[in-house]
Amino acid sequence: MSSPSFKILAAILAVAIGASAIAQEKRAPDGAAAPDANAVSEQQLLQQESRIEGRIDIPDSRARVLIQPTGRRWDSFHEMTLHRVGAIVILGMIVLLGLAFLVLGRLRISAGRSGKKIVRFSAFERFSHWLTATSFVLLGLTGLNITFGKILLLPLMGASAFSDLAQIAKYIHNFVSFAFILGLILIVALWIKDNIPRQVDIDWIKQGGGFVKGKHAPAGRFNAGEKAVFWGALAAGVAVSASGLLLLFPFYGTNIATMQVAQVVHAVVAVLFVALILAHIYIGTLGMEGAFEAMGTGEVDTNWAKEHHDLWYVEKQAQDRP
Amino acid sequence: MARMKFLCDADRCIDCNACVTACKNENEIPWGINRRRVVTINDGKPGERSVSMACMHCTDAPCAAVCPVSCIFSTDDGVVLHSKDLCIGCGYCFYACPFGAPQYPKVGNFGSRGKMDKCTYCAGGGGTEVSGSIEEYKKYGANRLAQGKLPLCAEMCSTKSLLAGDGEIIAEIYKERVLKRGYGSGAWGWMTAYKEGVAP
Repeated sequence: MSSPSFKILAAILAVAIGASAIAQEKRAPDGAAAPDANAVSEQQLLQQESRIEGRIDIPDSRARVLIQPTGRRWDSFHEMTLHRVGAIVILGMIVLLGLAFLVLGRLRISAGRSGKKIVRFSAFERFSHWLTATSFVLLGLTGLNITFGKILLLPLMGASAFSDLAQIAKYIHNFVSFAFILGLILIVALWIKDNIPRQVDIDWIKQGGGFVKGKHAPAGRFNAGEKAVFWGALAAGVAVSASGLLLLFPFYGTNIATMQVAQVVHAVVAVLFVALILAHIYIGTLGMEGAFEAMGTGEVDTNWAKEHHDLWYVEKQAQDRP
Repeated sequence: MARMKFLCDADRCIDCNACVTACKNENEIPWGINRRRVVTINDGKPGERSVSMACMHCTDAPCAAVCPVSCIFSTDDGVVLHSKDLCIGCGYCFYACPFGAPQYPKVGNFGSRGKMDKCTYCAGGGGTEVSGSIEEYKKYGANRLAQGKLPLCAEMCSTKSLLAGDGEIIAEIYKERVLKRGYGSGAWGWMTAYKEGVAP
């Protein structure tokens, strides 16, 4: 763009900028130069940046932010969007699972119980699962209390008792988080190799996992549904852990804007995570006969294993009887 | 009922921090807490301005909306107060506050911020303590408003930059100043806090 047209354009721009600068310069009522009249105004600054920051004598970088109108947007996210999305996602999942129970009922072991058992999860695997599970339930309930407690519990309990409960819930949430992170690390380390997607998973999905036709699709140690829960929990777990740590150590390398984003990510992912785990709890207890004992005693009925995890069953038999 | 507001005429503020000192002294504020502060914009550059800022006692206060235990509320005078007995120190009010007003006595790791503290418009506290009592003073600071006095920060301001009082009256004072001077950098924070500016 070194053509004459560019030079003309540049000249027009220069004149325009110069003219606007002259137009903007304010003068005193008597026409004298008034440097004070041309000071920065709040409106100009807010048009340029989302927040106004300056210099301050207090040794606290947070205090440097003079005005951040985004606070009101975070407020409307927290009080409007989160309340609605949270209620829809969580109640929606409960309704969905209720419908699934009404339509499909409890999925029985088709061949009935054989009475013979096979080890599915070792004691350490079950410990890792229940460490994560217990901490998740505690984190979920205490987390929901921060958002919905004032609507659901405060009117029932009264301000003082609810405040005491919320205070305890806050500390439970903050400290149990570490148990959850540990559990998540253990779970991932133990099960990631069995959760890598394979060809058999595509077939499993194509056959509707056996839910639709009532015929069981072949699966290894974990079927595609379980793998989806695994990867969903891993992604959501990493997101809530990372954002949670930022909230746990406020303003270390973060500012007001990143703290707000961390809270939004934490809240939205947590709500989705709760919905995912509700489905996981349903299928592991009420939804399927013979599933809970895998995590309860660690042993499952051989007929259950043959129906739901046939490939794993064959593999396991070969391992156990070399 | 008067609707109490703050207005900082930044064209008059000289960054002397007398308001900050007056506030700390009047309310016996502990170390590390600044209910009021002065921020300088464009420091050392042409058009530099200093603004004294504390809780603006917003209309539809976002802090009150997000508080998970609903311990923050607006009085009939439009003053935003809170109860330290109910506060759980979650820090949400700080994320929602457009003015960085909420303060906490501790650093805040692991949610150990302690009870939130902020400007009370020198109107005591929002707890169960008797208005003007020594218990109220110890927890929240002075209750000048009950005595018919305005916040000390504004009363002390040497250049009368910081105005406190009924919103309509202080807006009128500011408008007159702007007309006489021929300029004004705006009533800082008013659009965000009160959803209305001061048009000269």
